[in-house]
Amino acid sequence: MKKNPRFLLWFIVILTIVTVLLNLPSKGFLSFTKSLTFKKGLDLAGGTSLTLQADMKNVDPAQRSKALDAAKGIIEQRANYFGVSEPIVQTAIEGNDYRVIAELPGVTIDQAKSIIGVLAQLSFWEPNPKGSPILLKNENDIKNLYATQSAYPISVLQYLGTYPIKTNLSGSDIQDTSVTFDTQTGKPEVQLKFTDVGSKKFADITTRNVGKIVAIVLDGRVIEAPRVNQAILTGDAVISGGFTTDTATALSNSLNAGALPVPLIYLQEHSVDATLGNEYLVQSLFAGGLGIIIIIIFMTVLYGRLGVIASFALVIYTLLVVSIFKVSSITPFAITLTLSGIAGFILSIGMAVDANILIFERMKEERRAGRAWHEALELGFSRAWTSIRDSNISSLITSGVLYEFGTGSVKGFALTLAIGVLVSMFSAIVITRTFLRVIYK
Amino acid sequence: MNIIKHKNWYFALSLLVIVPGIIAMLLWGLNLSIDFTSGTLMTLSFNNTVNNNQVQAVDNSLKSIGVKGSSEISGKLIFVRSSPLDQAQNAKFLSTLSGKYKDVKELESQTTGPTIGQETAWNAFKAVAIASILIILYITWSFREVPKPASSFRFGICAIIALIHDVLVVVGIFAILGHFFGVQIDSLFVTAILTIIGFSVHDTIVVFDRIRENLKKMGGKDFPKTVNDSVIQTIDRSLNTSLTVFLVLVALLLFGGESIRWFVVALLIGIISGTYSSIFNASPLLVLWHEISEKRKIKK
Repeated sequence: MKKNPRFLLWFIVILTIVTVLLNLPSKGFLSFTKSLTFKKGLDLAGGTSLTLQADMKNVDPAQRSKALDAAKGIIEQRANYFGVSEPIVQTAIEGNDYRVIAELPGVTIDQAKSIIGVLAQLSFWEPNPKGSPILLKNENDIKNLYATQSAYPISVLQYLGTYPIKTNLSGSDIQDTSVTFDTQTGKPEVQLKFTDVGSKKFADITTRNVGKIVAIVLDGRVIEAPRVNQAILTGDAVISGGFTTDTATALSNSLNAGALPVPLIYLQEHSVDATLGNEYLVQSLFAGGLGIIIIIIFMTVLYGRLGVIASFALVIYTLLVVSIFKVSSITPFAITLTLSGIAGFILSIGMAVDANILIFERMKEERRAGRAWHEALELGFSRAWTSIRDSNISSLITSGVLYEFGTGSVKGFALTLAIGVLVSMFSAIVITRTFLRVIYK
Repeated sequence: MNIIKHKNWYFALSLLVIVPGIIAMLLWGLNLSIDFTSGTLMTLSFNNTVNNNQVQAVDNSLKSIGVKGSSEISGKLIFVRSSPLDQAQNAKFLSTLSGKYKDVKELESQTTGPTIGQETAWNAFKAVAIASILIILYITWSFREVPKPASSFRFGICAIIALIHDVLVVVGIFAILGHFFGVQIDSLFVTAILTIIGFSVHDTIVVFDRIRENLKKMGGKDFPKTVNDSVIQTIDRSLNTSLTVFLVLVALLLFGGESIRWFVVALLIGIISGTYSSIFNASPLLVLWHEISEKRKIKK
C-alpha cells in the first residue's frame, strides 16, 4: 500500500485543523460548535441511577415483556413531565428477571424515588345502600369499626359511611387530562376526559347515584367527594379539590402517564452529587493531561527526533478521540463519558504509543543491521505490523466482551478503550508513517 | 543474558508472589464491596477535616436507626458502609446526623440489593472466562502458520497461562490488602482485571510474534535459543511500553482522585506482573513444553 505521502499529509493536516477547531472555545465564528458537548455520565454530571425489578408474578408470561416496556414508557414520561433533562430508561431481561434501569441526571435520590414512586392510583367510590353513616359514640363503635372496616380507606368511610364500594372505573379509563381554571373562582381544576369504555362506566355510576355522594380517591386519599346532581353522560368530569396550580399539574401529569402496570422493587440505587461529579471530572482530566506530557517527555528522551514525531501523532490522536466523543453527542450513538471511561481513554493513550515504540525499536534494529534510513523505516513498519495487529485485536476482543457483559461504568470503559485502540492504530500507522516519509524523503 | 536457562528460578519467583495470595484467598476470602454483596455505601462531606467526633456521631446516628455499619475517614470525607438502607432510614440517619453537624452533606450514596450483587459477580466471572477463551482461539488462529517444532495451540495455552498468572497475582495481592487494610473488590476492580488481561496478552503476543518470525528465519533446530533470542530482541520494547503505561498510571494514582485509587493500584500491579510474565513466564513455558514433549518422543 504505497500511497502518495503528500496526499496523506494534507489529509492529516486538514483532519488536525478540524479537530482543533472542534475543541476550541465556542466563540465568534466557532459558535456552531456550541451544540457539541460531552455527554456526561451520572458520575460526572451528578444524578441518580435506579435499578428496579418488576414483580411479574401476577402477569401472564406472554405479556411480561410488554408490561416491562409499558413500565419503562411510563417512567420515561414521568421523568419528562417532572422536567428531568435527558433521562435514560432502559429495560433488561435476565432469565426470569425483568428490570428497568433509570438514569436521571441532576436529580437527588429522594426526588428520583418520588418521580418513579408516584403511583397515581385514581379510583372512584360509591356508597353502599346497606352502609350506614359512621357514628363514633363509644369505644365499642371504634372497635367495631376497626373489626369490620379496616379494608377501606378511612377518609372514604368518613364521606360514604360503612361498606363503601370501589367502582370499576379507574385511572386506566382516562384518555386525557388537563389543567383548567374555574371561570368563577379562578381556582385550578383537573379536567378529565374518559375513554369510550370509561364514559360508559362513569355514566352508569352517576346515573345510579343521583342525589348521593361519589368519592374520587387518589392513592387512598379522598381528594373530592361531590354530590351527584344529575347523571353525566358525556364522559367529562372535573376535579376541583382545592388544588394549587402545581398540585393540579402534578396530578394531571401523573394521571396522563398512568399507573405502573406492574409493581417495581428497588434493586440498586446510586446517586452522586453534582459538585462531586465535577471534582472527579477536573481531577481525571488533569491526570490525563499530565499523562500526555509525561509520555511526550519520555518518548523524546528515548527516541529523540522520532519521539518528537510520535508526540505530534499522540497529540493528534488525543484531539481526534476527544472530537469523536464530542461529535457523537449529536448522533444517535452518543458516547457517554464516565469516570471509568476517562480512565479507559487515559490508558489507551499509554497503549497508543506502544505501537510507535514497537516500530521505532524495530527501526533501530534494522539500522544496526546496516540498512539505510528509509529502508529501516519501511521495514520497521511492515515487520512491526503483525504484532501491532494481533495485540490490538486481542485488546478489541476484551473490550467487546466487557461491553457485552458489563453494566454501566464497565460499558463506558470498554467503549472508550475500543475507540482508543482503533484510533491509536490509525495514528501510529498512518500519521507517524506519513510524517516520517515526508521528512526522510 | 540467558533467560531460558534460568527459567525455573523465574517460575519460582512467580510462585513466591502467587502462593501467599492464594493462601490469603483460601483463609480470608475476598473482601467484596456492596457491588457484589448487598448494602449501602455513603460518602458524607463536612466543611472541615473530619476527626473522631464526627465518626462517633455517624456511629450514633446509625445506631438510632438500628443499623450496624463501619466508617472510614479521608480528609473532609467519611465513607459509611452498612446493611441496605431504605429511603426512610436514610432520611432519618441524615437528619439525626445533621442535628449534630449542620455542615454534613451526602455526596454519594449507593444501595445494592442481594440478588443483583450475586449477578454482578457472576457476570464478571463470565466476562473473564469468555474473554480468555476468545483470546486462545484468536492466537491459535493467528499463529496457525507457525513453523515446527512449535504449534499454534501451545502458543495460545502459554499466553493464557501467563494471563492467569497475572490475574492470580492481582487478585491474591488484593486478598491480602483486603484482609489487612480493608481494601474492597468492586466492579471497577473487575474492569481492572479485564484490562490487565488485555495488556498481558498484548505483551505476550509481541514476544510470540518475534518467535514466529525467528522460527521462519532460523528454523527450529535450537528451539530454546530461538526463543531466548526473541525474548532478548523484544525486551527493550516490552520495558519501554510498560514504562509509559506505568508513568501514566502513576499520574492517575497521584491526581486521579479518591474513587479510582484502588482501580489504578490494581492496574499498576497488573502491568508489572504482565510485563514480567510475558518475558519470564510465557516464552520459557513454551520451551518447557517443548522439552517435555521431546523427552517423551525419545522414550518412545
